[in-house]
Amino acid sequence: MRLHEYQAKQVFADAGVPTPASQLATTVDEAVDAAEDIGYPVAIKAQVHVGGRGKAGGIKLVENKEEAEEAADAILGMDLKGYHVSKVLVEEAVDFVNELYVGVTMDRGEGEPVAMVSTKGGVNIEEVAEEDPDAIAREHIDPAFGMHPFQARKVVYEAGVDRDVANDVASVLTTLYQLWDDRDGSDVEVNPLMITSDDEVIAADAVMNIDDDALFRQPEIAEMGEEAEEGDELEQKADEYGFDYVRLDGNVGIIGNGAGLVMTTLDLVDYYGGEPANFLDVGGGAKADRIANALDMVFSDDNVDSVVFNIFGGITRGDEVANGINQALEQFDEIPKPVTVRLAGTNAEEGMEILNEDLVTVEHTLEDAVQRAVEYAKEVEA
Amino acid sequence: MSVLVDEDTRVVVQGITGGEGKFHTEQMLEYGTNVVAGAVPGRGGQEVAGVPVYDTVQQAAREEDANASVVFVPPAFAADACFEALDAKGIDLVVAITEGIPTQDMARVYRKQQETDTHLVGPNCPGVITPGVAKLGILPGNIFSEGNVGLVSRSGTLTYQVVDNLTDRGLGQTTAIGIGGDPIIGTDFIDALELFEADPDTHAVVMCGEIGGEDEEEAARFIGQNMDTPVAGFIAGRTAPPGKRMGHAGAIVSGSGTGTAESKINALENNGVPVGDTPEEVADHIEDLL
Repeated sequence: MRLHEYQAKQVFADAGVPTPASQLATTVDEAVDAAEDIGYPVAIKAQVHVGGRGKAGGIKLVENKEEAEEAADAILGMDLKGYHVSKVLVEEAVDFVNELYVGVTMDRGEGEPVAMVSTKGGVNIEEVAEEDPDAIAREHIDPAFGMHPFQARKVVYEAGVDRDVANDVASVLTTLYQLWDDRDGSDVEVNPLMITSDDEVIAADAVMNIDDDALFRQPEIAEMGEEAEEGDELEQKADEYGFDYVRLDGNVGIIGNGAGLVMTTLDLVDYYGGEPANFLDVGGGAKADRIANALDMVFSDDNVDSVVFNIFGGITRGDEVANGINQALEQFDEIPKPVTVRLAGTNAEEGMEILNEDLVTVEHTLEDAVQRAVEYAKEVEA
Repeated sequence: MSVLVDEDTRVVVQGITGGEGKFHTEQMLEYGTNVVAGAVPGRGGQEVAGVPVYDTVQQAAREEDANASVVFVPPAFAADACFEALDAKGIDLVVAITEGIPTQDMARVYRKQQETDTHLVGPNCPGVITPGVAKLGILPGNIFSEGNVGLVSRSGTLTYQVVDNLTDRGLGQTTAIGIGGDPIIGTDFIDALELFEADPDTHAVVMCGEIGGEDEEEAARFIGQNMDTPVAGFIAGRTAPPGKRMGHAGAIVSGSGTGTAESKINALENNGVPVGDTPEEVADHIEDLL
């Protein structure tokens, strides 16, 4: 789960990381009041989870009241790469001489956290990592010990940070590691960490991604997350139902059990010339009502022209799935979109007998089911 | 022969009194697995499915000569259960089924496991099965058959699909290992491939990977350099968009484009591993390789 910049900055500031003066605003009037209060120049920044906000017009630097009003009016309510902007952060503009990158993430290959510092801050760090990997100094942290103070100093000096600010930068890094550790972070970073002409360090941006699997023990963060949730209505609905769901651009709706098998079903839709509309994993042991909810979700996606069900039962039972499909489809006078079903594994035979073939098309192999669903989608399209 | 699990495997089930633990203990027993004990704090002296329950894994290992553990403990307590199993004398295999363990917890478990000789499989995995002998986990036993194909996979139901295609053609399995879909796991592809390479009865191996991380790429290089046993591959997630978690916590293509299916397929093919476009094609490749 990703916090908004304003939320992450608050967490950082509470932990003692220097941040610029800022206020959150949801209306143009609030934004202008905030700008007047803070004093010009200020930056007005859209609070959405979009990379390259600045380039897309989501960040504007303003010098006076008129500009602030104009910028806030333009940004609030704008559509930024598909995300609706409902909040802006109005923030003191910092006069800097240098920009650094400082962050902590999990190195999944090593199974250890890694602290990273670079003097190439202020740009996309993933691009730096690709084009000039040596420009990022890295220090792996033994999770049994946590970060030793020397490790923070070491990685800061390895990165080539000026001695005059090294201690302050190391101190920011130490705090970021502490937050990463305490709050179950997956990525915690500041980019850029600005260095002023007076050798002050200031976190001008803040990223805090939290491990979804740890939210049960991070109630404060989980609460912020509810505020941070945004975007696709269907993805929000999936959260309510407790499905793993990702929306895509195609017209073949896909429902299955188990991440690997659902991904494979998507891939096969593509392989046989169709376009997947979504990833929907009902998970293990799904009962009839869960199956009905999944169908409801996929039907409510206007892009979907045809639906394929691919269930391989281990702990999920074919008869339960079949009952769920019947139950969901019997509510309709007319089936809104053709449904193709393939059941295998536990109680698949029973399931296929239960399925009402007036309502669905039954196929016996994965390949046949996907091809059938792709055909239906093409017919509807034509 | 087989790997990890054989006739001498004696299992303690951690979390045996929970719904999942009890159900799958019954299923494992029915398959013929030697489930000799359960371990649940405070439940020592009880019985589940005819199996005696102990308060600690160490007691179970000592009293019943258990040498393997299966973990069905809820996510918040699962890391501690793994530590307990890694600590218990006599236990040399831990299979963690639990999905949803916080990643930082697993980093610590992994760190501990590195100091021991114990195999850790999972978490977030379907388990390990040696067909006809025993299964540790939740895999449906009836789709497997005895034979000489090894299988290692990050996904549960995808494994079932591929096994079904193999079994349909009379291609049985020595052992199937579900290594799990989390970012940090105990046994990785290379560990499993090493085991299969050393097993004289495994004549070919199926490796099912998916998007996210770089384990498949490393495994491909390992196969090219160290394996005589032929391997066929499958990679799920060709159509996955970057930045989206596809069900498994570990199945995500990063914003900068690492962890893609394309990169994994190329790495495998460059190391002489044929990759199927469909699960059915994987079975074709295995038939050719045998």
